[in-house]
Amino acid sequence: MSHNAAHHAGADAGLAELDPHLEMQFDDPEQQKETSSFGMWVFLVTEVMFFGGLFMAYLVYRSQYPQAFAIGSSQLNFKLGTANTVVLIFSSLTMALAVRAAQLGQKKALVWLLIATMILGAAFLGFKGIEYHEHILDGHVPGANFRYDTPGVSFAVAREVVLFNILYFCMTGLHAFHMIVGLGLMLWLVIKAQKGAFTPAYNTPVEMIGLYWHFVDLVWIYLYPLLYLIDRYHK
Amino acid sequence: MSSQHILPRRTYFLVFLALEILTVVTAVVASIDLGAANTVVALLIAVTKSSLVVLFFMHVKYSSKMTKLTVILGVFWLMILLGMTMTDYVSRMWSAVR
Repeated sequence: MSHNAAHHAGADAGLAELDPHLEMQFDDPEQQKETSSFGMWVFLVTEVMFFGGLFMAYLVYRSQYPQAFAIGSSQLNFKLGTANTVVLIFSSLTMALAVRAAQLGQKKALVWLLIATMILGAAFLGFKGIEYHEHILDGHVPGANFRYDTPGVSFAVAREVVLFNILYFCMTGLHAFHMIVGLGLMLWLVIKAQKGAFTPAYNTPVEMIGLYWHFVDLVWIYLYPLLYLIDRYHK
Repeated sequence: MSSQHILPRRTYFLVFLALEILTVVTAVVASIDLGAANTVVALLIAVTKSSLVVLFFMHVKYSSKMTKLTVILGVFWLMILLGMTMTDYVSRMWSAVR
């Protein structure tokens, strides 16, 4: 594809005929794609800082109340948390393969891989829901029904455990919210993909939403050890 | 499309395998008493896993310098948040006997 002729003849006129997705402010599709990618990455950096605030609170309170945090962690469902980690990593694989399918113009594979990612994401949320249900029944939800009676520790320490639980619900809750948004975005992708909107020449939305989904996986990769694995050897 | 780096499926499967193996490792190591090292090991594994996701699943290894810089800056700003805030807390009651 010769850019020189297009630039000399009036930049967007020639290229727009060749690529209907090329917006007028861009010189070529590569620049447009790089801009989209940069924009998504800048957004993800803001998301890092967004979750970063909660990780900061976690860092402060865990360093100040290590015993209480270990107790809080031991009350979490280790099996479900680990299963969720496995499931989410699997969904990152299917998402990465979906982007690849879009790059290769494999429409059917793209649609099925996106659906697979959604199913795995829904499974994650399902397990999370089961966990939250357990927490409610066990009196681990901060608030009026929080049970401070932890056997084997002083009441003073038992009171500190609620800090762990507050952070647990805020961090996993915010993460789950991001996953729900991700599922919505993926539904949109499935519908568009099924209509043939994505080709080897244009698949930017698939890749960008893929970046978002991998970011959600990244957050969980850190949440899992920090929440579920504090002094696990005691149990 | 010159900007498309289409990785072979094998690469994705190998990275996936590594990620799941590291997940099992982190879960198993957590049940072994290493004292303070437990947290260090868990975080090291987490950093390894996230590096694999960023480099391969998110294609950063094959991305422009601008993208790589953006990722590094994000980590840098997070470290400022975590590190500089902690300087406040660790310097409190500096001379108090614990």
